[in-house]
Amino acid sequence: MAGAVLVAAALWASVWAGQCAEPPGSDVFREELLLTPLRSGDIAATFQFRTRLDADLRKEKVSHYRIFPKVLGQLISKYSIQELHLSFTQGFWRTKAWGPPLLQAPTGAELWVWFQDSVTDVNKSWKELSNILSGIFCASLNFIDSTNTVTPTASFKPLGVANITDHHLLRYATLPREIVCTENLTPWKKLLPCGSKAGLASLLRAERLYHSSYHSQSVHIRPICQNADCSSVSWELRQALTVVFDMYSSGQGKRDWSIFKMFSRTVTESCPLASQSKIYVDVSGSGKEVDLFELNPPTSLERQVVVHGDRRVYAEYDLSQQGTFSTSRNLNVALKWKGRTAESAGQPQSPLFHAERYVSGYGLQSGVINTMVFNNHPYRAYPVMLLETVPWYLRLYVHTLTITTRGKENKPSYIHYEPAKDRQRPHLLEMLIQLPPNSITKISIQFERALLKWTEYPPDPNHGFYISPSVLSVLIPSVINQKTDELEESTLFSTLFPSSDGSSYFMRLYTEPLLVNLPTPDFSMPYNVICLTCTVVAVGYGSFYNLLTRTFQVEDRKGGGLAKTIANLIRRLRGVPPL
Amino acid sequence: MAAPVRSFDAIEASRGKKVAISIALITAVLGLPLWWKTTETYRASLPYSDIRGLETLQLHLTVPIEIIFGKATLTAEQQRNIPSTGLKETETVLNAQTSITRHYEFKYRRTSVDEEEALGLKSLQDANNALQKLGETAQGSITIFILPESSVLLPKGIRVYIGKHRIALVRCALSPSLGSEDIANTVYKKVEHVIQTMSFTDEAVTAALSDRIPIGKFSKEDFENSRRAFKSSAGYEITFSLLNPDPKSHDLNWNISSASDQYIQPFLDKLQNVANFSMDSQTLYYAMLGVTPRFEKSTSSYILNLHNLPHVINPVEARLGSSAASLYPVLNFLLYVPEYSHSPLYIQDKDGSRIPTNAFHSPRWGGIMIYNVDYGNLGELQFPVHIDIDMVRVMEVFLTQLRLLLGITKATVPEDYQLESPGNEGLTDWELDRLLWSRVVENIATVTTTLTSLAQLLDQIGNIVINDIVASEVYHAVSSVQTALSELEAGRLESAFQASKEAISSSEKAFFDPSLLHLLYFPDDQKFAIYIPLFLPMAVPIFLSLIKIAKEYKQSKKEPLKTE
Repeated sequence: MAGAVLVAAALWASVWAGQCAEPPGSDVFREELLLTPLRSGDIAATFQFRTRLDADLRKEKVSHYRIFPKVLGQLISKYSIQELHLSFTQGFWRTKAWGPPLLQAPTGAELWVWFQDSVTDVNKSWKELSNILSGIFCASLNFIDSTNTVTPTASFKPLGVANITDHHLLRYATLPREIVCTENLTPWKKLLPCGSKAGLASLLRAERLYHSSYHSQSVHIRPICQNADCSSVSWELRQALTVVFDMYSSGQGKRDWSIFKMFSRTVTESCPLASQSKIYVDVSGSGKEVDLFELNPPTSLERQVVVHGDRRVYAEYDLSQQGTFSTSRNLNVALKWKGRTAESAGQPQSPLFHAERYVSGYGLQSGVINTMVFNNHPYRAYPVMLLETVPWYLRLYVHTLTITTRGKENKPSYIHYEPAKDRQRPHLLEMLIQLPPNSITKISIQFERALLKWTEYPPDPNHGFYISPSVLSVLIPSVINQKTDELEESTLFSTLFPSSDGSSYFMRLYTEPLLVNLPTPDFSMPYNVICLTCTVVAVGYGSFYNLLTRTFQVEDRKGGGLAKTIANLIRRLRGVPPL
Repeated sequence: MAAPVRSFDAIEASRGKKVAISIALITAVLGLPLWWKTTETYRASLPYSDIRGLETLQLHLTVPIEIIFGKATLTAEQQRNIPSTGLKETETVLNAQTSITRHYEFKYRRTSVDEEEALGLKSLQDANNALQKLGETAQGSITIFILPESSVLLPKGIRVYIGKHRIALVRCALSPSLGSEDIANTVYKKVEHVIQTMSFTDEAVTAALSDRIPIGKFSKEDFENSRRAFKSSAGYEITFSLLNPDPKSHDLNWNISSASDQYIQPFLDKLQNVANFSMDSQTLYYAMLGVTPRFEKSTSSYILNLHNLPHVINPVEARLGSSAASLYPVLNFLLYVPEYSHSPLYIQDKDGSRIPTNAFHSPRWGGIMIYNVDYGNLGELQFPVHIDIDMVRVMEVFLTQLRLLLGITKATVPEDYQLESPGNEGLTDWELDRLLWSRVVENIATVTTTLTSLAQLLDQIGNIVINDIVASEVYHAVSSVQTALSELEAGRLESAFQASKEAISSSEKAFFDPSLLHLLYFPDDQKFAIYIPLFLPMAVPIFLSLIKIAKEYKQSKKEPLKTE
């Protein structure tokens, strides 16, 4: 102790000078919640938490963190990551019934990472990174290896500030079998500066979130411009969580929703660290009377935004204003439908673009993967980039690839195919297909099921093998021209995908994962084989041994038995002297 | 007709016997070894005898010491007669397998002109620095200047001065009548404690060997020191966390980057040969302590009792997070600013008095400091209160805790010693040497126990695969630890330490190699069970015919006896 006091005394003067030298970090945290009533009567709640680190993790060594989670900062620096996108999803976003998603993620886990061009061995970094992420998020990301990793050439572009386009620095993998649960949510919540103690994150209670039809949580890290002229770079951590509550299982069959009904608690305060804390409710109906509902408490703030080529109206609640909260110091936004029941709302109108996928064929030898892509735009054709990742144990016959639209063959304008290598890498098929207006395009390809080695089967192999969803990246022509000069300051999700002009918008959709049965052997087979072989060997050996060691004696018995009589009979027939 | 038939029978019978015996022989000589060989697990050979040799650890720790006699300490006669070298050995036997031998290798000489000039300087610090400039000293070595009783350089009442580096000045009266042997002995008596202060004591080394020696063999204090300090490792992560449980009332600002650069970094730079250090910091909001403090009316403050402290850490630790970037042990330093409703908060020790630093540490984990905010005039309070944390106060505590956790203990010295303050670096050269001495011994002890238990394990469980990588790591660990031992004996501390570090990393790599677990679940009895369908039908006829042959042989032995 005495030594330390001496040290302290020696340095007393210098520290004061040092303390004034550096301005405090200006990291920013924002939280938002969007409630979207869906046409089916369900409701989607989308949380978005954005943390901005005002330092460039690529150039300088950052070791002191304020709001940005230290563990992710260290990860980015150590593995020289340019961009990281990770999502965990339970359930499937039903585009046809629910409309286009703000941000869809495939069922299971998905991870795609752009590395910086300073990385020499991308595969090694990718392997280590997925193992560490597996530890951080308590997920089975450690099962990501070369057999389910691909390097897409065109489907995934960097979403942040980047000048790299060399796709060899990109890695993409999905684990469709991954089951998402509380143990993934807890570490995800830990990344928030307020945790689940205050602010919107206090609504995230596992027992409600997992009692829903769709649940998706994601982490997106990317470099963004700090200011309009992009002279300095910040790092953005965007944590998004989407949950769809089912009208019948969570809402007692009524379309009336409230925050308390969804999350079984209300909002009481905003996170004190958040510079922005808002709740939005999508109040833009289709104009029909059945679609009208009233909000309680009412809010005077409204905002018009163009999302997915459609003008939307959002009612806004600002949690940083004291007036937002009721006299009992809480906020429970409730939607009360004026119209009649959900049944009278009619069929939901089908979205401009969606896709489906299924396996056909019979038996355990071969099958067909079919993908149906729907373009419901009345008069515009647009191209779609389709990415298929198929594991090596389904052997694709590429010559059987057929793409038909309205009964005619549709030639893709770009095809990139990487064949699989057994036990090393999966098939990768990327195609750019032009979709005529108001059409259905069917893409089918045949495959043969391979036999695995008996140790390669996962537990419960009769359940089947999951095939990751295909990824459809599409630039859809917009109905309404939208402004594109929105900076990072703008709200909601329109900012994650940069769009070049206002005439179209980018969307990435995922199809269902497939479940395919492979021929499954009887797993006691090796022991049976050993037993059978040993028995055969033993029988052969036994008779051989008998033959060698038996003492042969000349029998001099005169009398003959029945055998001798028969033998003599045969000998006589053959003309040989009898015994 | 009967005779040829019998002879034919006899030929047949003996042929059958021969065939049966030869098949049995082929099975035993060729079949069984072949089966054994093909179903065996691969086991590379290991240096078992060398590892067994390491079980008996005889440490020879050599400290090179230079004793330099100042002017007017020796008579001309004595100067001529002083021996140029000397050796003192002390052996301490700790148990049947462990012993420590201290070798002090003395070199005696007189001061040179330059040194005399340096000793003539006015202040101790100047003299020490001037002496240091005259010659670099190797790690682990000690230079002691003997000054006459009349020396004015050392202040009154001070007998020994130990500088920042590896130089000590000792006041020592030598009567002119002493012979050369007596001089060496007198000097040794005077400097023995100085040497132990600057290098190691038996107790410190024994505590470092705690892996090998049962508890109770060494003093409580050394035991506590060794338990408190982190285990020797190739690197450490230092994490400073600012805990703000009440961000609504407190807007905390700490200038950790410049404070750590000024306080901690020089200290770590000094230790860069010992281990790799990395440092980072984070701020955690809504991180609460696990206990509710008790309100004390008389002082209107909140109190944490000593027995509460163990419960404080667990809930906080869940928030700290682990380091994603490395596998090194993490040293956590937490600065806790209590909530507005629980301030001020103080830690009380057993007898009810406040701990002046308001901080405590947890062995092999880190330290926690409670920082109370001075609210000033409560009337004008506006939330959140903007607070700039006084980093001097904080870093002073954290640096002390860091020293303790790394095993750098304060030297206990008698009153007539004067120790130079370590200055900016927070660590003197000889303190570093002390750390290295105990660390090198600790490393060697750890490696020997790791290797011994690995060898035991592999010996006991016969079907563990030992692949070549594991084997080469074991060989490397053994050779490195042997190098470390011989370097220690030669008195080269630095290279001994590096060798011991290599030995640690190799032995750990071998011990924790995942390949060791591969075949653990395919034990021998199952192997036999699988091959039973082959063995049983093959063995039964062989045994039966062998038994029959043996019976006949006995019969034929008896029969001639009967007939004769």
